[in-house]
Amino acid sequence: MSAGHILQRLLLVIPTLLGVSVVIFVLLRVVPGNPIAMMTPPGASAEDVQQLKALYGLDKGVVEQYMIWLGGVARGDLGVSISLRQNVGELILGRLPATLELALIATLIASSLCLLFALIGSYHPRGLLSKLVDTLASAIQAVPDFMWGLMFIFFLGVIWPLFPISGRINPRIEHNFSTQFYLFESLLTLNGPMIVELLRHMFLPSMALALPMAGIVTRLLKTSLSETLKQEYVTMARARGFSRWHILLKEALRNALIPTLALGGVQLTFLLGGTVLVERIFGYPGIGNMAITAVIQRDLPLIQGLVLTFAVLFIVINLLVDLLYSKLNPRVQH
Amino acid sequence: MNNHFLTARFLKLFNCSAAAVLLGTLALTSNVQAADDDTLTIAYNVTLPSWDPTVGLSAVNPTIQSIYKTVFDQYIDQNPDLSFKPGLLTDWGWSDDKSTISMTVREGAFWHDGSPVTVDDVMWSLQRAGNPETGNPIQFVWGKIGEMSAEGNKITAKMEGYDPSLFPWMAFLTAYIMPKDYFEKVGVDGFEKAPMGSGPYMLDAFERDSFIRLKRFDKYWGDKPEFETVIFKFVTDASSRVAEIESGSSDITIEVPYEQYDRLAEIEGINGVTTPVSDIGMIFINDVGVMEDPNVRKAAAHAINKNAIVERLLRGYGVPIDTLQAPEYMAYDASITVAYDPELSIKLLAESGYSKDNPVKFKIQTTRGFKPKDYEMVQAIVGMWRKVGIEAEIEVYEIAKHYELRATDTLAPAAFYNWGNSIGDPSTSTGFAMFGPSPHSTWDTDDVDGMIGPLWGESDEAKRIDGWKAVDAHIAENAYVIPLLQYVQPILFRDGINVTPHVANFVLPQLVTR
Repeated sequence: MSAGHILQRLLLVIPTLLGVSVVIFVLLRVVPGNPIAMMTPPGASAEDVQQLKALYGLDKGVVEQYMIWLGGVARGDLGVSISLRQNVGELILGRLPATLELALIATLIASSLCLLFALIGSYHPRGLLSKLVDTLASAIQAVPDFMWGLMFIFFLGVIWPLFPISGRINPRIEHNFSTQFYLFESLLTLNGPMIVELLRHMFLPSMALALPMAGIVTRLLKTSLSETLKQEYVTMARARGFSRWHILLKEALRNALIPTLALGGVQLTFLLGGTVLVERIFGYPGIGNMAITAVIQRDLPLIQGLVLTFAVLFIVINLLVDLLYSKLNPRVQH
Repeated sequence: MNNHFLTARFLKLFNCSAAAVLLGTLALTSNVQAADDDTLTIAYNVTLPSWDPTVGLSAVNPTIQSIYKTVFDQYIDQNPDLSFKPGLLTDWGWSDDKSTISMTVREGAFWHDGSPVTVDDVMWSLQRAGNPETGNPIQFVWGKIGEMSAEGNKITAKMEGYDPSLFPWMAFLTAYIMPKDYFEKVGVDGFEKAPMGSGPYMLDAFERDSFIRLKRFDKYWGDKPEFETVIFKFVTDASSRVAEIESGSSDITIEVPYEQYDRLAEIEGINGVTTPVSDIGMIFINDVGVMEDPNVRKAAAHAINKNAIVERLLRGYGVPIDTLQAPEYMAYDASITVAYDPELSIKLLAESGYSKDNPVKFKIQTTRGFKPKDYEMVQAIVGMWRKVGIEAEIEVYEIAKHYELRATDTLAPAAFYNWGNSIGDPSTSTGFAMFGPSPHSTWDTDDVDGMIGPLWGESDEAKRIDGWKAVDAHIAENAYVIPLLQYVQPILFRDGINVTPHVANFVLPQLVTR
C-alpha cells in the first residue's frame, strides 16, 4: 500500500466519523429517555426541569446542539459527561488503555490458539486430530463471549477459585502508575509481581473474548491451509523431501495467513465490541463497561464520545489489517 | 534429520507453552480469599459516577448514598429504623412563627485533612445547594432557605415559607456538608480527583468503575468504625456478585436474586439477613381512557392477589401493602386495606359492561430486570386480571423511557414502577407521587390535589400526618394507584462479621462489626 493510498484512506476517516456522529447524535435524541427526566426529583417544578436542561445545554434545538458539539469535537473537546461531571475526552482516555490491553491480550491468546489448533489439525488432514480440531473450533465458536465469561466465573472463580473474577487489579495493592497502561508500564519497568497480578485479572475476561474469535479463525486458517497444501509448489516441496512440519510452517502458512488476516481483522472489531458485555460481567474498568453505564443513564455526551472512539478504533484496525495484508500479499503490493 | 528436527522443535515449543501455562496456573493458585481481619470488602451493585454528593445524576440515586454516607456527613442522620438522629447538626428546629429555622453545628467535627468543620462550611453548603447554577437537583428544597446568620455555632436562617419536610430532607438526597475552603481551592475537577468529607471513612484509592478503598478516619466525631480498611468493589452483574461472595473474594454483597440468596444462605460460612426497606413496588394509574372509569380501576386493584405474588414469585421476600406508606413510614395506617376480591372485580366490571367475554382492554408498561421479578410480577398480574375480564397488553421499556414518559405525563394507563422514600415522610411518597403538579405524578385530579395542597405547609404535625392518612384512604378507596409490595433487601455476608440492615436500604460499613 503506497503512502498516497494511506493518505487517501486517512482522509476518508473524516466523512466516516462525520456520518457516525450525525447518526448517533440524531438516534440518541429520537430514542425515548433523557438524562434530565432521570435526575428530576419528586417535587421539582417545570422551572427546575428547565433550569437543569439549560445547565446541560439540552434546551436548544437538535441542530444547534449538534453544531455546538461538533465545534467542540473539532477543538478536541468532547464535552462534559452529565452523570460523571467530567470531561468526556479525559474519561475515555482514562479507560481506553484498560480496554486496549485487554483486547491485545485476548488477541494474542486467540492468535496463539488458532495457530496451534490449525497447524495440529492440518498435520494429518484426514486424521482423528483434524476432526477433533474441527469439532472443538465449532464448539468454542458457538458459545458467545459473555457465556464463556459466566462459565469461567463459575468454574475458575467459584468451584476452583484460581483467578480473580472482578476488577483490573487487587484493590488491596498499593500502586503508583504514571499512565493508565498498567500492563505495558509494568512490562517496561520489569515489575514482575505486578505483571502477574495484572495478567491474573485479565486472564478470564481475555479468554472469554478470545475463544469465539479463536474458533472462527481456526476454522478459516485450517481451510486455508488445506487449500494451500493442494498448490503445486507444495507438491514440489513434498517431492523435494521436506517434512510435513517444514511444509506447513515454512511453505504453506504464510500464504494461508493472507485470507485469514482479512477475516481476523473483522473478528478483532467484533472482539472489541464484545468488551462491552465482558467488561461488565467481570467488573473490568474499560470503555465497554463505561458504555453500558452511559447508555443506562442516557449520558448523551459520554455515549457520543464513546461511539466516536469505537468508530476510530474500528477504522484504525481496518487500516492496520489492510497494511499488513498488503505486506503479506505481493499481488496487492503491486 | 530435517524432518525430525522441525518436528522436535515444534513439539519442544508446544511443550514449553504447555509448561508455561501449567506453571502460570500453579502460580495463580494463590488467589486472594476472604478478607483479613481489618479489611472489609463489599461487592457493590452500582458504580460511583461522581464524588460530589450534591450535584448531578448520582446525587439522586438512592443506591449510591451508602458510599456518600460513608465518606461525608449529613446535616441530620438516620438510625437503621429510619428515626432521625443528630448528624453534623446537633440541634435544629423552626421558630414559633415558622419564619426562621435554627441549626446548631456540632463542635469537634473535622475534615479528613484534620481541619475543623465550621459554621461557614455548613452555611456555604446550604447556599451552594440552593443555587440553581450548581445543578443540585433538590434545589427546590434548599432554595427556600433565605439569608443566614451565625452566632457561635448556631445558625439562623430566614425561610420563604413553612415546609414541614425541610428537616427530614436534611437526612435525604444531596443533604451533605462539603468543605468550603478545600472545594474552592481545588475546584470541581480537583474535588472529583481528591474528594474530602468529614465522615467515618476517608478516601485512600479510587479506580473508576472498579473499586474504592477507604481508610478509617481516626478523628471522626462519632463511634469508631470496626474496620481499618473498607473496599467497595463495583460488581454490577448480579451473577458476578453471587460468585464474589461464594468464592470468598468479598465479605458482603447485596441485591442478589432471591433464589440465589436462599441457596447461598444455606452454605456453611455464609450468612444472610433480609429486611423490608423503604422501597415500594406499585402500579401507576394514569387518568386516561378506560382508567377514568372508577369500576375499571377498582376491579384492577381488587383482582390482584399480592400475597400470592410475594409468596410464589418473590419467595416470601416482600411485604404486601395497600398504600404508598410502608409500615416504617410516619403516616402508615394499617387500617387502610384493599382486599383481594376477584368476585367484586367481576361485579364492578359488569357494572361498566365488561366481562370475561367482553374484557376491558388497556396497556401496562413495565421494566424487565430493573427490579427483582418486575416483568414476572406484571405477567402474573395480567393473568389475574384476565380471570376477571381485564385484558392488558404488556409493553416492556427501559427505565430511562419510563422517566421521560412520566415526566411528560404520557405513561400508559397502567405502569409498574418502584418508589423509594428513605426519610419516610408522607410528602415524599404519597405527596410527590400523587400531587398533580409534581412532574412525577400520573394521576392528576382536583379531588386529590385539593386534599394534598394544604398539607404541604401544615404546621401542626399531628394534623399533617392525619391529613396524609386521609389522602391515602381516599386514594385506596378510588384506586388512583395500586401499591403492591414493600421490597425486601437481601444481604449476604461471611461468617465472623455482623451486618446491621438499614430500612433505608443502606449498607454502611460503619454498621458492620466483628
